[in-house]
Amino acid sequence: MIGELLYSFLDWLKQIPHFWWWLAFTLVKIGAAIGLLLGMVAYTVVLERRVASFIQDRLGPNRSGPWGLLQPACDGIKAFLKEDFIPGGVHRFFYWLAPAALMVPAMMTLAVIPFGSNIGAQPMVIADLNVGLLYTFAVVSMSVYGIVLAGYAANSKYPFIGGMRASAQMISYEGTMGLSIIPIFMLAGSANLSAIIAWQTTSPFHWGIIQAPLSALLFFIATLAESNRTPFDMAEAEQELAGGYNVEYGAMKFALFFMAEYASVIMGSAIFVTLFLGGWSLPLPWLNAPAANSWLGILIGFIHIGIFLAKTSCMVFLIVWIRWMLPRLRFDQLMDLGWRKMMPLALCNIVFYAILLWGIAMFRKVFEI
Amino acid sequence: MWETLTNYNWENIFSLLPGALVFYVLAGLAILFGILVVANPFSRSPINSGLSLLATVLSLAGMSVLLHAYFLAAVQVIVYAGAVLILFIFVLMLSRKEMKMVFTSTRIRYAVGTVIALALACLLLSIVFQMPAAAPVKEAVDGTVPAIGRLLVTEYLVPFEAISVLLLAAIVGVVHLSKPNTKGESK
Repeated sequence: MIGELLYSFLDWLKQIPHFWWWLAFTLVKIGAAIGLLLGMVAYTVVLERRVASFIQDRLGPNRSGPWGLLQPACDGIKAFLKEDFIPGGVHRFFYWLAPAALMVPAMMTLAVIPFGSNIGAQPMVIADLNVGLLYTFAVVSMSVYGIVLAGYAANSKYPFIGGMRASAQMISYEGTMGLSIIPIFMLAGSANLSAIIAWQTTSPFHWGIIQAPLSALLFFIATLAESNRTPFDMAEAEQELAGGYNVEYGAMKFALFFMAEYASVIMGSAIFVTLFLGGWSLPLPWLNAPAANSWLGILIGFIHIGIFLAKTSCMVFLIVWIRWMLPRLRFDQLMDLGWRKMMPLALCNIVFYAILLWGIAMFRKVFEI
Repeated sequence: MWETLTNYNWENIFSLLPGALVFYVLAGLAILFGILVVANPFSRSPINSGLSLLATVLSLAGMSVLLHAYFLAAVQVIVYAGAVLILFIFVLMLSRKEMKMVFTSTRIRYAVGTVIALALACLLLSIVFQMPAAAPVKEAVDGTVPAIGRLLVTEYLVPFEAISVLLLAAIVGVVHLSKPNTKGESK
């Protein structure tokens, strides 16, 4: 009886067309990825506060739940229950739009990041675009509008200065960010993030950080600048600007700005892991190739996701650590670093790798290796 | 309906919906925001114009996606939305102290503007009516990075280099203009 029911259920499953399976799997992937990202955002806030406290010889929030693990819930409830106050004199439409305009790009980056190899036949990436990396740059370049709008909509001095500083900084570092990873394109021969990971899995020496260390360094610094983190947090220098572009915001809207910053930190870390640290792979047997479509393969698929999350968490920890160890740059130093040091270095890096790859190709041609 | 949905090339999310529908939505948005750039009935603030232009650019990028030209779409967003327009808005915000700058106009300007707009409309309409009816795109445009790169260094090498020289000249010009008047220059 039960067996018959099971068989008829399996038959029913088989006749579901391909398209609906694809839709269902994609929706599940989107839901899981966004849920995971927001969960990580919540706990990155706790991590930041605890790490900051330990570095400054304090304890940090440790009262709510074991080791303060329920702190995000408390903060969230507080933010939701606060009065949603809109100050007079703001540009209302833009004031509403700005937090969303900052949060949406931070989450959209998720679409092209391969957070695992595959589980069964399902690749663990929401949309495997052939211009994946360019998509992330397009999305990242949109996030500056959120900050600019917040500064403009508030219609008051400090947020405006904060917004101006942020946009100048983000425009300056976007160029370096894009140029720094061109050697990775050339080495991997593709702009598709899955292909870039596949190139890195072939050997431990193929990890981007070993093949192109200067690219990794420049990209990391540019990521810090793009997400407005110390030592580049001019946009929210609280000693000078009383908080920066988000001064006039309160309650959940302020929390959204906060979450967007952490979301962009996490996404920056995830992109760094994908490009330079081998993505979901480890140079060990079973872990350096996409998982097979079997029961063991499904287990390995989940381990791949775990590896990716562990690597990303390490990068997030590094970024949090840097915030509490380094002083903030002055604005002119920041511009000087971006335009006169990092930009030329990134350009030289590209020329170096172009000549190197051309030389290797010529060498192979001449000696017919 | 069921058959078309299930047998479609479902790898591209935009082919789920009839392409024409998506096209008309995007085209409508592009025209709507294009009108808001020059004639916003609610506000005369240049910031609003700049942000409407942003929405227009994003709609046009969506059309490139419809043509499977993903590279073009990404570059459109990176260059126009991410760099050019943000600079526009940046300059507009810095250009007036009170952030209350509005467009003002005189009758002569309206008259000249009308003449230019009509001339442009005639030109565009004449082109539209000369064109044969648009056939649907049969094959996807090869919009991949290697394909475009190959075209740039083979078939379109000379225009490509000419543009780069032009851009270099523009950069040199900007550097010269933004330099403060030093003593060396007055000699």
